[in-house]
Amino acid sequence: MGTTIDTRGLSCPQPVLLTLQAIKKLNKGQIMVLVDTDTSKENVIRAATSQGWQLTEMQKEGIEYQLTLTRD
Amino acid sequence: MSVWKNLFATRWGIIGVGLVIGVLAALLQKWGNPGNMGICVACFERDIAGGLGLHRAAVVQYVRPEIIGFVLGAFLSAYLFKEFRPRAGSAPIVRFVLGAIAMIGALVFLGCPWRALLRLAGGDGNALFGLLGLVTGVWIGTLFFKQGYNLGRTQVTYSSVGWILPLLMVGLLLLRLIFPPLPESAQNSILFYSLKGPGAMYAPVMVSLAVGLLIGLICQRSRFCTMGAFRDLILFGQAHLFSGVLALLAAAWVTNLIVGQFHPGFANQPVAHTMEIWNFGGMVVAGLAFALAGGCPGRQLFLAGEGDGDAAVFVLGMIVGAGVAHNSKLASSPQGIGQYGIIAVILGLLACLAIGYTMRIK
Repeated sequence: MGTTIDTRGLSCPQPVLLTLQAIKKLNKGQIMVLVDTDTSKENVIRAATSQGWQLTEMQKEGIEYQLTLTRD
Repeated sequence: MSVWKNLFATRWGIIGVGLVIGVLAALLQKWGNPGNMGICVACFERDIAGGLGLHRAAVVQYVRPEIIGFVLGAFLSAYLFKEFRPRAGSAPIVRFVLGAIAMIGALVFLGCPWRALLRLAGGDGNALFGLLGLVTGVWIGTLFFKQGYNLGRTQVTYSSVGWILPLLMVGLLLLRLIFPPLPESAQNSILFYSLKGPGAMYAPVMVSLAVGLLIGLICQRSRFCTMGAFRDLILFGQAHLFSGVLALLAAAWVTNLIVGQFHPGFANQPVAHTMEIWNFGGMVVAGLAFALAGGCPGRQLFLAGEGDGDAAVFVLGMIVGAGVAHNSKLASSPQGIGQYGIIAVILGLLACLAIGYTMRIK
């Protein structure tokens, strides 16, 4: 199981900051990120992919997204 | 819809938005707006404050339709693309104060980040000091972010909360249309109108409104932010938003060259002064305040349009800050800084540092 980061309700640049901190700490594996705006969704995916991580799953629940980021 | 939704989030999307803003801003000047001020979020909110009589600086009073368009364009876009998210409650009092301080700093420099770029694109070398100040202020902000600065989470709230600033803007638009400027009169029964100075220079109301709506729409889609451009570059080494800002600068410069609005130099630039330390200092304060509040003044308008009540509070803080800046002689003029401009910059900086230092999650 990987780490889960809850960025719901946080404004820029917190969602990206928290995601990148987790990426730095884990180096590889799986990170689940909860976001509640499309802006955060785009920013988190953009930041993670720039670090060599991939978006392997995206679930939408109401206005929220659950993003699964992985790196082998 | 989904094609459009994704397109704006790409590198070319944000570059396209920057190009459109740059061209339209230069053209708005051609169509009547003040020099190197086709668009200036801080100046235009200050003009709105003046139009409502919140300050009595007679040369900067006009209810600017561009600002109204920014909010309403973002509002329409948010509904069209199902991104309207009513939310509020992340330290609103701090955001109000940051808005007021940001405005006071911007009025020492005489422009927000948008106008700093447009001033440079028009050949105003003094803008370099303002931009350097902006970058410095944002850099200080990133130090706080690295140490855990965070204003806390917003709460999901009623749709009507998110409607408040857009409705206020509809109200302003109605006032502007029902009570237009009267010939040779500085005041009608409700609004103030400058008879000379920058406040008396404006593009036709429907042109300003249309451009504002278009920019509001594309900026809501693309998340364009002049402060975020520098913040992301410094904090994450990410140039996404920055490429949009460069596109704005380049497009405004080229358009200025074509229409004959490029006049390189330092002295006698329109609505600008040459006291470089305070051009720099004013924007350090503004840049730090924008960074701590999470968005440049334009971005705050677009966020408010998509339902962010805290961004709306920041906007109201800016308008009140503009009133204070002109009433209390903090704002600069082409002759130089205001009587109390220096102390305002120092106090503003101290207040921002205190906010950044004390509001960290340990």
